[in-house]
Amino acid sequence: MSTRPTPRVRLPATAKAGEMIEIKSLISHEMESGQRRDAQGAAIPRKIIKGFRATFNGKEVFRADWHPAISANPYQSFFVKATESGEFEFTWSDDDGSNYVAKNKITVA
Amino acid sequence: MDTLTREPTRRFALAAGALAFAAAAIAPRLAFAKPSDVEAEFAKLLGGKKPSDGRIKLDLPAIAENGLVVPLGVDIESPMTDADHVKAVHVFADGNPQPGVVSFYFTPQCGKAAASTRIRLAQTQNIVALVEMSNGSFFTASQEVKVTIGGCGG
Repeated sequence: MSTRPTPRVRLPATAKAGEMIEIKSLISHEMESGQRRDAQGAAIPRKIIKGFRATFNGKEVFRADWHPAISANPYQSFFVKATESGEFEFTWSDDDGSNYVAKNKITVA
Repeated sequence: MDTLTREPTRRFALAAGALAFAAAAIAPRLAFAKPSDVEAEFAKLLGGKKPSDGRIKLDLPAIAENGLVVPLGVDIESPMTDADHVKAVHVFADGNPQPGVVSFYFTPQCGKAAASTRIRLAQTQNIVALVEMSNGSFFTASQEVKVTIGGCGG
């Protein structure tokens, strides 16, 4: 499983001012907990995405710290109150130091 | 006749050996967190304060058929204004290898202190959540989730 994790984010493209929108995200990742052992009995090293962060127009709106108890292909949903048009940026931080980024624009009428 | 009587014993010996090996391989993994580990994590976050009950709704199944993917949702009553909002929710499990599950950090921009994800549960255990409010107060809630392994009610 060495394919690069692919993030997917679902949120409405347009919203009314003051409307509560739900953002749903999913990223493909094995989330190896570090608790499992291979056939030879050797521990499989931990490799998880440990953090998720959502910013809107550069300002943080939501953040989550993930521990090994998060399932493979982690799902995260949360809410944001739409106030103005702009761009969301979502960042997933991997144990190995890499970041996976997704960006979504929203138009608020 | 001789082979017929010997065959099962050899099989039995092999099976017993395999079982012993499997048990030895699994044994070091059975170091699960205890409720006291969760209390220790709580103490770190609380810093001497006492949490109150309620205000948080945990959305978890009573019975999880597959411990690898258990939906978890939190929903906290709050006006989510700059003066009064939910800062964070920390979720712990008292029967997993490690007590920490997830921490969500909210801002007033969220409008609603609710989030959901999917978690792993090693066995039947309690899920405990600690809510941190912007004014420094804490709330807690817990729920037991029964994890059925292979559908036999483990």
